[in-house]
Amino acid sequence: MIPELGHFALILALSLALCQGVLPLIGAHRNDAALMSVARTAAQGQFFFVALAFACLTWSFLQSDFSVAYVANHSQLALPTVYKVSAVWGAHEGSLLLWILIMSAWTVAVGRYSHRLPEDFTSRVIAVLGLLSVGFLLFTLFTSNPFLRLDIVPQDGADLNPLLQDPGLAIHPPILYVGYVGFSVAFAFAIAAMLSGNLDQEWAKWTRPWTTAAWCFLTVGIALGSWWAYYELGWGGWWFWDPVENASFMPWLMGTALIHSLAVTEKRGLFKSWTLLLAISAFSLSLLGTFLVRSGILVSVHAFATDPARGFFILAFLGIVIIGALILYAIRAPELDSAAGFKLLSRETFLLLNNILLVIAAAVVFYGTLMPLLYDVLKLGKISIGPPWFEFAMLLPMLPLVLLLGVGMHSAWRMQPHKALAKKLRMPALVAVVAGILIPGLLYGRFGVMVSIGTAAAVWIMVSALIEPVRSWRRAEGATAISRSMLGMSVAHFGVGFFALGITLVSAFTVETDQAMRKDGSVEVAGYSFELRELRNVEGANYQAIEGRVEIRRDGELIGEVLPQKRQYIVQKNWMTEAGIDAHWNRDLFIALGDQLGNDTWSVRVQYKPMIRFIWLGAFIMALGGLIAISDRRYRSPA
Amino acid sequence: MTPRRQRMWAVGLAVAGIALAATFTLRAMKDNMMFFIPVSDVVAGEFPENRNFRVGGLVVDGSVHREPGSLEMEFRVTDLRCELPVRYTGVLPDLFREGQGVVAHGRIGAAGDFEADTILAKHDENYMAPEVAESLAEHVSEKTAGLAAGSAECETQ
Repeated sequence: MIPELGHFALILALSLALCQGVLPLIGAHRNDAALMSVARTAAQGQFFFVALAFACLTWSFLQSDFSVAYVANHSQLALPTVYKVSAVWGAHEGSLLLWILIMSAWTVAVGRYSHRLPEDFTSRVIAVLGLLSVGFLLFTLFTSNPFLRLDIVPQDGADLNPLLQDPGLAIHPPILYVGYVGFSVAFAFAIAAMLSGNLDQEWAKWTRPWTTAAWCFLTVGIALGSWWAYYELGWGGWWFWDPVENASFMPWLMGTALIHSLAVTEKRGLFKSWTLLLAISAFSLSLLGTFLVRSGILVSVHAFATDPARGFFILAFLGIVIIGALILYAIRAPELDSAAGFKLLSRETFLLLNNILLVIAAAVVFYGTLMPLLYDVLKLGKISIGPPWFEFAMLLPMLPLVLLLGVGMHSAWRMQPHKALAKKLRMPALVAVVAGILIPGLLYGRFGVMVSIGTAAAVWIMVSALIEPVRSWRRAEGATAISRSMLGMSVAHFGVGFFALGITLVSAFTVETDQAMRKDGSVEVAGYSFELRELRNVEGANYQAIEGRVEIRRDGELIGEVLPQKRQYIVQKNWMTEAGIDAHWNRDLFIALGDQLGNDTWSVRVQYKPMIRFIWLGAFIMALGGLIAISDRRYRSPA
Repeated sequence: MTPRRQRMWAVGLAVAGIALAATFTLRAMKDNMMFFIPVSDVVAGEFPENRNFRVGGLVVDGSVHREPGSLEMEFRVTDLRCELPVRYTGVLPDLFREGQGVVAHGRIGAAGDFEADTILAKHDENYMAPEVAESLAEHVSEKTAGLAAGSAECETQ
């Protein structure tokens, strides 16, 4: 009964989404207030019914209703309650439902906070979001319905993939999706602006906080995913250049370009058509990413053919959205010429370079991700492209990006006299060069060209990001304080520096070793000694595990104890490694059990990871900067 | 310089820079591309020399051998037609099992064994790397169809 209710609610949501997508567009075209006023109500109704469907699916999971195929395949009686809830979005069907739920929530939020925008504009935005919803709801109902029943009800479910039974992965998809889907708002704003022909700077001002908000969530979502991969996949890497990761990274790069280009459009009325194009591409890449991941096409071109209905629907939907948006763009873009000019040395130039470099970076990831697919389709062989290529290829746009960042941040709009700029940046540059030489040498006892360049670049950004906030903090009484958007920008860029420092030091000074470890034996890594004291059996709710008790000593003194586990999940019989991690702000000590090699002897992987926390912390600081920028007063005041 | 000339210079420099970077990137890609070679082809001597490639198939039952207390191990991988000995030193992934699918990265050593530097086994017992599944499927049908004719024999170099 409950699953049918959910199914029915989805159908109702689809009808409302149709109303939301069509009527306000007609209303805005004819200037008919009655039709336009449908937008908000229909969006709220759609949200209500999608939420109801989502609640029904959650209920089925909590009740372990194995007559529902999706529940039977992804849950189990002994599964802890929290993972029964997160199992709702643990696979294709449910994650689509989550996507729709988040999209309708964004739509309701847009309706709620857009009262100072012209009514016809808001109606168009909500309508575009409604049309996107229609596409997703159709896809769910026809090809990926989570409410389908089984004829023969199994006694117990097949369990959730043990990898997903983790708090990090329980919250990672929702946050990532809030980010992904958030770009649909920027997309809808762009489409609405092009439909109305009203492409003045106001449009950029309205779009900016929404885009930044989406970008913040995407940043946090990706960071959480990376963190999860680090401790849960078991082997201590934090980014694998896996197609699934790349699928989230491409929209992030485009989204980052978009928030910078929006700044130019808002302040100076320039780059209008470029900004529109970025808004379209950021969302298109989100769509492409989700679908690539969810359709299984990245796993294999042939997975696409096993379910042609899904594959063709996806292609058709992508085609309609992208081609439709681009046609509209082609019609409107030529009207967007702007007469404003800027000098070579100006903030505009640096933001332009920022955009070019970020787009190149996205193109690199795109190329590396889709190349194996292309080879396979053309029958040139089955290739894989290793992380070293991505690391090298990303360096080319990223290094100039971080070096230019420090300069760009302090350049004025229109034109920047170069003498003043040089005077301001002399100190940070000096500090950066000194730090780049000293930090690797003094703290880690080794010099290297790449590590010095990386460290110098990171310190360069951090110091130059601090100039304005520090100046404002020390300002004379009565002088104007730094604005929230300025502060947000500084904080976010400081985060970039933090992040870059983390990456540089982790990749240069990680110590990693695979060893055989006997009970009461020890392994030395980077001056730390790991001693395996005890092996015992422990039992979890739905798994059994062998747990090692490992003491970590430095110079004979006990500094920590970790409990790495080897788990076997009862239903799926898979073995899973739970690493033992001793985390500290400036280093992680990591030990994972491999296989039993004999009596009381295990193969272990032991790692010393300096500054790895800076990577995720840096990402969180970037997102924090975004949040501060959104809180700027000018987004609150009436337009 | 007139603004126009200035702009031309800027654009020219940017294009040159991008072209240079693209050249480097594409060359680097050649070095980092690893082909998947079916076990039968490797055994027949058809594999890229002096560079890494990938092999995959099922771990032959009873073939996993390791000195007690050592990280060195060896096993054989099969595509159901030919078998290839693989050597590896290090920690194995969680789902490495006899009879299960596996992918190894590495190259052929002096002894003619495959010396692996990475072993991958996917995190789901129902899932098999697509190229592995494909190379197995080919020989399964071959075996059932042509067993009598003996066409499924392994041809070595």
